[in-house]
Formats: sequence, structure tokens, C-alpha cells
Amino acid sequence: MSLLEIKNLHASVDGHEILKGVDLTMNPGEVHSIMGPNGSGKSTLAAVLARRESFEVTAGEALYDGKDLLAMKPEDAACEGVFLAFQYPVEIPGIGNAYFLRSAMNAIRKYRGQDELDAMDFLPLFREKVKLLEMDGALMNRSLNEGFSGGEKKRNEILQMAMLQPKLAILDETDSGLDIDALRIVAQGVNALRSPERSFLVITHYQRLLNYITPHFVHVLVDGKIVRSGGPELALELEEKGYGWAEPDQVPA
Amino acid sequence: MSASVETIRELAQQEYKWGFVTKIDEDRVPKGLNEAIVRLISERKGEPEWMLDWRLKALRHWMSVEREQGEPEWANVKYGPIDYQDIVYYSAPKQRPVVDSLDAIDPEILRTYEKLGIPLEEQKRLAGVAVDAVFDSVSVATTFKGKLAEMGVIFCSFSDAVKNHPDLVKKYLGTVVPHTDNFFAALNAAVFTDGSFVYVPKGVRCPMELSTYFRINAAETGQFERTLIVADEGAYVSYLEGCTAPIRDENQLHAAVVELVALDNATIKYSTVQNWYPGDKEGRGGIYNFVTKRGKCLGVNSKISWTQVETGSAITWKYPGCILQGDNSVGEFYSVALTNNRQQADTGTKMIHIGKNTRSTIVSKGISAGYGQNTYRGQVKIMKGATGARNYTQCDSLLIGDRCGAHTFPYIDVRNSTARMEHEASTSKIGENQLFYLRQRGLKTEDAVSMIVNGFCKTVFRELPMEFAVEAQKLLGVSLEGSVG
Ligand SMILES: Nc1ncnc2c1ncn2[C@@H]1O[C@H](COP(=O)(O)OP(=O)(O)OP(=O)(O)O)[C@@H](O)[C@H]1O
Ligand SMILES: [Mg+2]
Repeated sequence: MSLLEIKNLHASVDGHEILKGVDLTMNPGEVHSIMGPNGSGKSTLAAVLARRESFEVTAGEALYDGKDLLAMKPEDAACEGVFLAFQYPVEIPGIGNAYFLRSAMNAIRKYRGQDELDAMDFLPLFREKVKLLEMDGALMNRSLNEGFSGGEKKRNEILQMAMLQPKLAILDETDSGLDIDALRIVAQGVNALRSPERSFLVITHYQRLLNYITPHFVHVLVDGKIVRSGGPELALELEEKGYGWAEPDQVPA
Repeated sequence: MSASVETIRELAQQEYKWGFVTKIDEDRVPKGLNEAIVRLISERKGEPEWMLDWRLKALRHWMSVEREQGEPEWANVKYGPIDYQDIVYYSAPKQRPVVDSLDAIDPEILRTYEKLGIPLEEQKRLAGVAVDAVFDSVSVATTFKGKLAEMGVIFCSFSDAVKNHPDLVKKYLGTVVPHTDNFFAALNAAVFTDGSFVYVPKGVRCPMELSTYFRINAAETGQFERTLIVADEGAYVSYLEGCTAPIRDENQLHAAVVELVALDNATIKYSTVQNWYPGDKEGRGGIYNFVTKRGKCLGVNSKISWTQVETGSAITWKYPGCILQGDNSVGEFYSVALTNNRQQADTGTKMIHIGKNTRSTIVSKGISAGYGQNTYRGQVKIMKGATGARNYTQCDSLLIGDRCGAHTFPYIDVRNSTARMEHEASTSKIGENQLFYLRQRGLKTEDAVSMIVNGFCKTVFRELPMEFAVEAQKLLGVSLEGSVG
């Protein structure tokens, strides 16, 4: 059974239709990459899948693990294993990173009928992931994302992903704003999580991330529709020729 | 100090859980306010002549103000007229408790405090909190008196202080909040029934937190407690108060007065978690919390610090302030005020700088949800002689939803050109993007809101003693119930 099956998905925000019929199927263990010009709807697709309520689904369906994803609240989708690494992670003043993460983990564990983690169970795990992502421990004593640099925020998203162990991870331009070393570290973090059960939807503008995280499929989203799909070589081709090449009217039928 | 989100979530699903009524026999005076009633109250309490005279003077003043001006109207709160003749000014559990022996207290009252989670019993000695409990008008128990007495610390009900320490009471009563201060202070001075008295002698650091829990139980009564805390030279004391009341449809008046006096090098830390019944969703019932709290830093290098978490009451009208008289004295005010549903709060502080190099810090966090109206009103006054005075004010408002309101009225009056004043203010809304971020990580909406609000209040919670901080966090969760939906 596929992990995610999106059919003819249409979505609007404030009355503007942004997604205009997206079809996408992902199997467990697969890595799919979505590329596409600015404003084409990539983040919108990610947000709709994570169930952001300000985006209205006007048509279509999305089955996740056999369940109706579009009927879920954001927190339920999260507890069912959907994780979104935000393009623009949000700052929450006054709430420590570790406290927040433990609360999130326990909310998910509770949903799944598991025991809560106390600080003693949590901390070793947390430290291990902080090390994996080569993050500055002092950063973790600060408030959630508050005053973090762009790159630090992105790394923190992957740290959270590593802790929460989702089934479907959507990474929205996690590579943007990362320096060369950080890109490698983040890619390692992602690769460490790759498994036959876990799928990734990687939104990016750059081929360089895909050098580290080789996708099974690459899709091109233009104006709210997937206009082309292919293997990893499609990303290389796009880099060379630009999106114009991939748009429907440029492509001979 | 982080209460787990789960606890907050569970609590957030509860209605006001302190709303029960205890069935006990009451001894109450008839409704109404006049000289005969004041005499009756004084007589019931077995007071000396001087105390009665003090009350009567206040009553006459109050009556003339009432006749000529009525209640103060400048606050940003709305309520119907209060009929002062329709209130019972004294109600006490019939069985007069013998202080120091909890066995002698009506078990119903003990059960009430147990339900409220208040450590009255001896085994809670370990918690290191000495407790005075005021039930309706009368102080029912003061624990740890013996241990405190060894160090010369006096912690007793106000009534006992009038009997046993008349010189101290006479010396300080009304010196910080005179009966002429304002309408409600005058009312309190005439009819106050009980409260706590604390005296910490020279050089003594009070070894435990002193705490009073106030409980309004009887119907149609007002609660008018009066607290006086004196820290002698070099002394230190930390005092906590908590308050709850049953759910009733009618509004009940609570007009307390608190006076603090800090002598040379003394420090008083006063923390409040105010959780009087706030009324129902439509604004029926709830406590009118009209209190006057003020501290005087009389001595050099003295310090008074107010921390308040105001989540309850239908209306809160309260400005704990500091008169910074001694040179180098320090005043602090840390406040979280939350208004949900139809609650209204007009709260803030007054910092009056008189001495040289006096410093004050004000951190106010106002949270409005539902139709709540939240006003910060603060006055900082630098007098002519207050050379080198400094004030830092930070005043933040957080809005949840768009039917509530936040208002800020800072008054600044500087009469000495060496003063340094800093003022920061902000108003923010809980953003949809913040909520979505937290929910995407698995947190339910109300937990996400609690988390954002607790983060917003962190700089204030940090000032609370540990166990109060946890309590305050939980309370915020409960009080925010239904604010997002
Ligand atoms: N609230 C809104 N009202 C109107 N239009 C919106 C709103 N939010 C987003 N849009 C529009 O939707 C379109 C798709 O935005 P989206 O963020 O999904 O693009 P994207 O593909 O992720 O772009 P980028 O590569 O720049 O991140 C954009 O044109 C954007 O301006
Ligand atoms: Mg985007």
C-alpha cells in the first residue's frame, strides 16, 4: 500500500486558487523531490498536507497510510506521523527547546497510547541528536528558535524531525540558507533517518541537496500542477535548462 | 518549573474547580453599613477602644466620600452600582477556632482547605511554608507559630496582633495606606475583619515562605481583610497569598488593604496568585476585587518586590506600588493579568521615587481573551530630591482572538533632571503561524495556546517561588479554557 496518495488536489487561500489539481503517489521508503519556480505552490502543498487550516481544500483527496488525511487536524496528522520542516520556522519566546520537544513527543506518545517520557528518558536521546546535528548545546538552552540564525533554525527543524521520527517527512527548502558544512550535516541527519518505512518529500530549488540525498523521483510543480516527473536526472536537467523548459507549452506532447 | 503540558491540558478542560460551598454554621452580623455595625464588628472581635476609634474615623470619612463623590470612576472598568447597604460585613465560622490547635477547627473547614490543596496539616511542615488561612472574615489557623516565634518572627492573624502586639500595630497601621487614601481603602479601614500580620525583627531572615490563603465562603458577604507586614532593619521575608471563592450568581465585593514597611536594608517579597471566582461565560457573578496594596521602603537600601498573577475575579482594580523613601531603595512590580470571557482588569503599579538613587522595575504582562478587557495603568513619579533615580518599565500585551481589548495608560512625572527612565511596550497577537507550528508538532490547540502564553509570562513567573510558579502556570491553562475555538 502506498504511504501517500494525492489525487486531483485543489486548494485556495483567501479565495485565490493555488493548487490546481495535484496528483502524487509515494510508497514507503521513497524519497520524492519537488522543484518549481517561486510562487508555484510548493509550500502550499506542504502546508495542506500538514493540514494548515487557513488553506482551503476545494477538491481532490489525499490518503495517508490508508486514512483520509484531509479530514485530520494538524495535531492529529502530526501524531499519525506527518512532519513538516518549515521553510520559515516560527519563534516562540519564553519556551525552551528541550521543554517544547519533550511536550511534543509526549503529546504524540499519548495519542499512540504510549507512556510519557520523563526528563531522564528524554535527555540522553536529545543529547544524542544534538550531537548528530553538531548543534551548539548552548543554543538549546534558549527559547524555541528565538534569535536563531536562518541556518540554525533549519538545523533545529531536522533535530526535531530526528526526535519525532515521523513516517512522512516533508522538508520545505530546508537547504536554503545553509552553509556548505551545515548542508552536509543536515543531509547526513536526513540520511540517518532513511528507512524502508519512512518516506521523504523534499522541496528544494537546488540540485546540490540532491547530491547528498538521492531521490527516487523528481517532480516539477508549476502554477499549482505537477507538470513533469522523472528520476534524479530530471533535477540535473532542470538546473541546466531552467523551469521554462519543463513547462507544458514548451514540452512537445 | 515547567508544568507538563498534559497537566495544563487536563486542567484546561475543567471549569472553575474551586467553586464549591462549604456547609458550616456562620455567625454573621446583619446586612448594611453604619456606626452600629462597625461597633458590632469591633465588639465581636473583642477589640480595644483605640481600634474601634480608628475604624469609626474611617467610617465617617467613607460616608462623606460616598455622599459627595461616590466610588472612583476613573478606572477602565464597567459595572452596575454596588449597594453597600446590601452587604454583610462580618461572617465567621460559628465555632471560634483556637489558634494553634488544628484539632479545634471545624473539620468542614479543614476539608475545604484540603480540597484547595493547602498545606495546613502538620505533615506538610516539610514544605517549608507557614500558612495563615482566612475563611470568610476570620483567620482560622496559623501554622508554625512556635518555630517562627523562636526567631522572633511574628506571624499571626490581624486580630491577634491587635490583642498581643498593639504597639507594633499602632505604630504602623495606616502609615502606608491611610484611611483617606481612596474609597475602598476607607471602607476597608472601617469594616476590615481579619487578615495577616507579620513582623520580622532586626537582622532575621525569615526561614520559610509565609503564606495566607483567603477563602470567601458565605453568600452575600464581602471580604475585607487587612494585612500588615513589617520587616525591621536587615530583615528578609517572602510572603505568598492565594485566594479562591465559590461559584455564585451574585457579585461579591472583596476590598482588601495590604501595607508593607521595609526599614533599613530590609527586603520584602510579596507574591499573589489571585484566583477569585471570575463569573461565568456571560459575565454573571464573580468577585469584584478592589484592593489597595502598597509598600513603603522607609529605610536605606530597602527593597520591596511585588509579584502578582491575576487570573480570577470579574473585575480587578489593583495597583500594588512602592514608596521609595529611603536612599538606594528598590521597588519591583512583576505582573501577569489575564482576562477571559467577560472579565475586566485595570491593574498596574505606582512607583514614587523620593530618596536618592532609588530604582524601580516594572514588568507587566497582560493577556486578553474572549471579551476580556485588560488595562495596564502605571504611574512613575520622580520627586525633586530623588537624584539619580532610575525606572525601567516593560509593558506587554497579548491578544487571543479579536473581541478582547488591551489598553495601556503609563503616567510619568519627572521632577528631577538626573532621572533615567526606560519604557518598552508591545502588543502582539497569538499568531496563526505560531499555533500551526506547535500543532504541527503534535500539540493540541489549547496546549499550544497555554505554551505560548506561558512563554509570554516567563519573566514574571521566574519571580515566583517555585511551587507557586507551577500553580500559576496551571491556572493560566484553566483560565484560558475555551479562549480559542
Ligand atoms: N494569504 C495569501 N493570499 C494570497 N495569495 C497567497 C497567500 N499565501 C500565499 N499566496 C500565494 O500563493 C502562491 C504560492 O505560494 P507558495 O508559498 O506555495 O509558493 P512556493 O512554491 O513555496 O514558493 P517559494 O519557492 O518562493 O517558496 C504565491 O503566489 C503566493 O503569493
Ligand atoms: Mg515555499
